[in-house]
Amino acid sequence: MLRIKNLAVKLEEEDKQILRGVDLTIGAGEVHAIMGPNGSGKSTLSYVLAGREGYEVTEGSATLEGEELLEMEPEERAAAGLFLAFQYPVEIPGVGNMTFLRTAVNAQRKARGEEEMSAGEFLKVVREKAKKLKIDADMLKRPVNVGFSGGEKKRNEILQMAMLEPKMCILDETDSGLDVDAMKLVSDGVNALRDEGRAFLVITHYQRLLDHIKPDVVHIMAAGRIVKTGGPELALEVEHNGYADILAEVQ
Amino acid sequence: MALPQAKQDALAARIAGLSFASEGWLGAARGEALARLSAMGLPAKRDEYWRYTDPSGLVAVDAPRAAVFDDSDESPVFDGIDRLKIVFVDGVFDAGASDDLRLAGVEIERLAKAGGADIHWARDLYGVLEARGQVPVQRPLAALNSAFATDGVLIRVTAKAAKPVSLIYVHKSETSDAILHHCVKVESGAEITILENGPAAARFSKVLEVEVAEGARFHHIRAQGRDHERRAVTHVFARLGAGALFKSFTLTANGVLTRNEAVIELAGDEAVAHVAGAAVGDGNFHHDDTVFVTHAAERCESRQVFKKVLKNGAVGVFQGKILVKPGAQKTDGYQISQSLLLDEDSQFLAKPELEIYADDVKCSHGSTSGAIDEVALFYLRSRGVPERVAQSLLVLAFLAEAIAEIEDEAIAEDIRARLEGWLHRHEH
Ligand SMILES: Nc1ncnc2c1ncn2[C@@H]1O[C@H](COP(=O)(O)OP(=O)(O)O)[C@@H](O)[C@H]1O
Ligand SMILES: [Mg+2]
Repeated sequence: MLRIKNLAVKLEEEDKQILRGVDLTIGAGEVHAIMGPNGSGKSTLSYVLAGREGYEVTEGSATLEGEELLEMEPEERAAAGLFLAFQYPVEIPGVGNMTFLRTAVNAQRKARGEEEMSAGEFLKVVREKAKKLKIDADMLKRPVNVGFSGGEKKRNEILQMAMLEPKMCILDETDSGLDVDAMKLVSDGVNALRDEGRAFLVITHYQRLLDHIKPDVVHIMAAGRIVKTGGPELALEVEHNGYADILAEVQ
Repeated sequence: MALPQAKQDALAARIAGLSFASEGWLGAARGEALARLSAMGLPAKRDEYWRYTDPSGLVAVDAPRAAVFDDSDESPVFDGIDRLKIVFVDGVFDAGASDDLRLAGVEIERLAKAGGADIHWARDLYGVLEARGQVPVQRPLAALNSAFATDGVLIRVTAKAAKPVSLIYVHKSETSDAILHHCVKVESGAEITILENGPAAARFSKVLEVEVAEGARFHHIRAQGRDHERRAVTHVFARLGAGALFKSFTLTANGVLTRNEAVIELAGDEAVAHVAGAAVGDGNFHHDDTVFVTHAAERCESRQVFKKVLKNGAVGVFQGKILVKPGAQKTDGYQISQSLLLDEDSQFLAKPELEIYADDVKCSHGSTSGAIDEVALFYLRSRGVPERVAQSLLVLAFLAEAIAEIEDEAIAEDIRARLEGWLHRHEH
């Protein structure tokens, strides 16, 4: 599904190297987790994959089902099936959440040569999915993320993901700022989407989320590299001992 | 104080070719307007409220040429709205294209025919609000209009009008120089919506005087046409009685030069006045909103919401004032002027002013100028929304607060569609 090879990235404006050769392969149907200390480059990796400006890829490649992502516009990456649940979802005053969702769904359909969803059908689907995430009608009407609590913003990200049905879902610290109930809602939302044809990359600091969304593979990222890869037990090790032991061992 | 000779000469040259109808009560009102104009002279770049906008194209003897723009790629604005149509072509009334001037609860007279008739209510309005509006800021072009307007409509509303009255201004001649003057009196408890659209002429001068009596409601929505080369100077003078409502929204897309002035007096307690504008300009576009709101009674509310989207060297100007007179307690005044600059060549000049002589008031004003929010743009694109669509969404979101001042949802939707069309045509 997703194949990242020797990806090196620096900031465009500054001479600051952030990713120093990331290698990562995620197969269809798999769930991978990335853990790692703050500032190790996890969000940068997800932004670079999604196509945010301000970064310069100095080396390497990233392909989604064989197609080079790094040469595509952000909207093309989305249409190709990539989705990033933002660590900090963006507030957009003046743009209604519903308008935003419908524009996005139909834009992707159009880009893939599929028929657009009718207003009625869209409304039905969105209401159903929103209900599962305990997102009420008011939140759908309000401007995108404006006045939403931290937890509401994260649930709104999962709603977008559920509506867009991407193939490759990247979740950047979707669990941060969530209470236990919200964590359950979000995890259920993610688990409902798990299937053979879809893959997940879950960035998190906490084992908690991984109790709900069981990963197949866990990676540890430090200083712009994947320094260790293992099974779910690796997350437990981090939970108990922190990163220090692992980092010492790697060095 | 006599005007300097140069100013006298410039004024004499400007008005030499204009016809002065001296007949009846209207002739008398025109005479007074001419006296006001003669005392002031034409506006000049040095004048305090003309520093950001060069009036030369508006005061030149001849109207600068303006090519007629073919806007047939889009259905005319307000097309889907049931309304009574009154059409002026280059400032000349077009009876054939206009509807019968009859509407239940509304009296409509043409200004050109009013001089001889005794329309008592109009005598108390024509040039009267304009004259009041000359203090403390002079508005010579409005006085010129009152003196020399060739036509217009006098509308008296005595009940809730069954449908909007729609003034349609067609531009056909490259050199037309039109001067129209309308008066609207909304009697106590009555309600009307006035629509205006079209470029009108190569150069257009228009004054609208509106008296909104106690508990009456006045709605005004206009779209100034898509002609790129036209020039316009317009004034709205409004006076509101107790509990009256006044709402005015203007869409300006294109135009070399537009100066829209609104002079509003809240004269009765608990009156509400909202003036709003959305202006979008690409390239050779200079748009000026000059607004003066006077709170002269208690517990009144005023809102000024002006938004401009500018690119390729377009210039936006906002001069807005809230004056709270002594005794106008519990005033609620709000003013916001914002521009969205789509590139670094465009410019926004703002002069927000507050002058408050009462102690128990709530007034706020703000003015900002900024670029499109790149983070929001990326967020939308990351969801698959193409860049241009995302940009349109953000621009419309920026304009939303102004459009929200239109109460009628069908009209608001129409205006939104115009803006979408403009954005689509001006993507590059
Ligand atoms: N746009 C940026 N400007 C400046 N520094 C940045 C920018 N993006 C990332 N960084 C820096 O890159 C490093 C990695 O950041 P990030 O990817 O957010 O880490 P993580 O998500 O693992 O906490 C940090 O040192 C961070 O300060
Ligand atoms: Mg991060």
